[in-house]
Amino acid sequence: MAGDYQRIVDLDTETSGVSKPDYWQDIFNQYVGVEDNQRYLLVADLAGETVGFALGEVRAWEFGSPPCGWVFGLGVTADVREHRVGSVLVQAMFSHFRSDGVASVRTNVSRRDTLNLSFFRSLGMTAGPYVQLEFSLDDDDGAVL
Amino acid sequence: MKIQKSTTFALFAVLELARDPEVQLATGEIAEAYDISVHHLAKVMRQLVRAGLIQSVRGAGGGYKFSANPNRITLYDVVALFEDNLASDFEVSGASVGTGIGRALQMVGDEIEDLTRATLQSITLTTLLRHAARAEAAPTPVEIREAVLESDLEPLT
Repeated sequence: MAGDYQRIVDLDTETSGVSKPDYWQDIFNQYVGVEDNQRYLLVADLAGETVGFALGEVRAWEFGSPPCGWVFGLGVTADVREHRVGSVLVQAMFSHFRSDGVASVRTNVSRRDTLNLSFFRSLGMTAGPYVQLEFSLDDDDGAVL
Repeated sequence: MKIQKSTTFALFAVLELARDPEVQLATGEIAEAYDISVHHLAKVMRQLVRAGLIQSVRGAGGGYKFSANPNRITLYDVVALFEDNLASDFEVSGASVGTGIGRALQMVGDEIEDLTRATLQSITLTTLLRHAARAEAAPTPVEIREAVLESDLEPLT
């Protein structure tokens, strides 16, 4: 368990370039060893080495959306990219979501991240019915339009 | 954004050839399959050859073959050969550029352009061909209607 935690933190640091031990501690507390909460942290091991992870959960009624699976974290070490590790992880996540009875899966990818956008597209994912909007608080002078 | 005919023709041709890199097709065969101008397509094919996406095969039974990696080439790579920019159709220029309305419209145009580019850059030829195979396997609206008409529509009892 402690070893898993450190391997995931290291892998995430390698793939995202940002170390976030507190975030992962929080994820482990909520997602690992908790029964039937429709939250999943899937890990791909290769010869005892952690080479990938996928993070997902079922969310319901956010902005009126019926229950839906969300994949919101994915990392595969550079050494094994293009060996379908990411596909296997995400397909396994889809299977969990199917067992949970949800009919669709969503994810959120930066439009500049063409690598991951292409990856999710290759799995058959297309633009969803929701549009993500953002407001920059830094530029805001406090006035409401 | 208005997609030019050349762009659509190029996508038809590249995708048709990428289905099977071993197969070679003549311009006429592709034009016939998509009901498009052979003359116009011939010009497009020459540009695709120059871009290295397809190659010309000489001799009897010659034509064109796909010569790139369909897992790497995206729709954007093809579109960008024929479209100067992906900007939306707001014509904000001259004095209007300096106005608040002009700048706000330009921001909307930039947002549309950004989304268009991200969409095209994220769809590889392989991904699109997978969608195409699924679409080809699915019944057409006419087939669905005919199947329904042919079925016994017994009332539920």
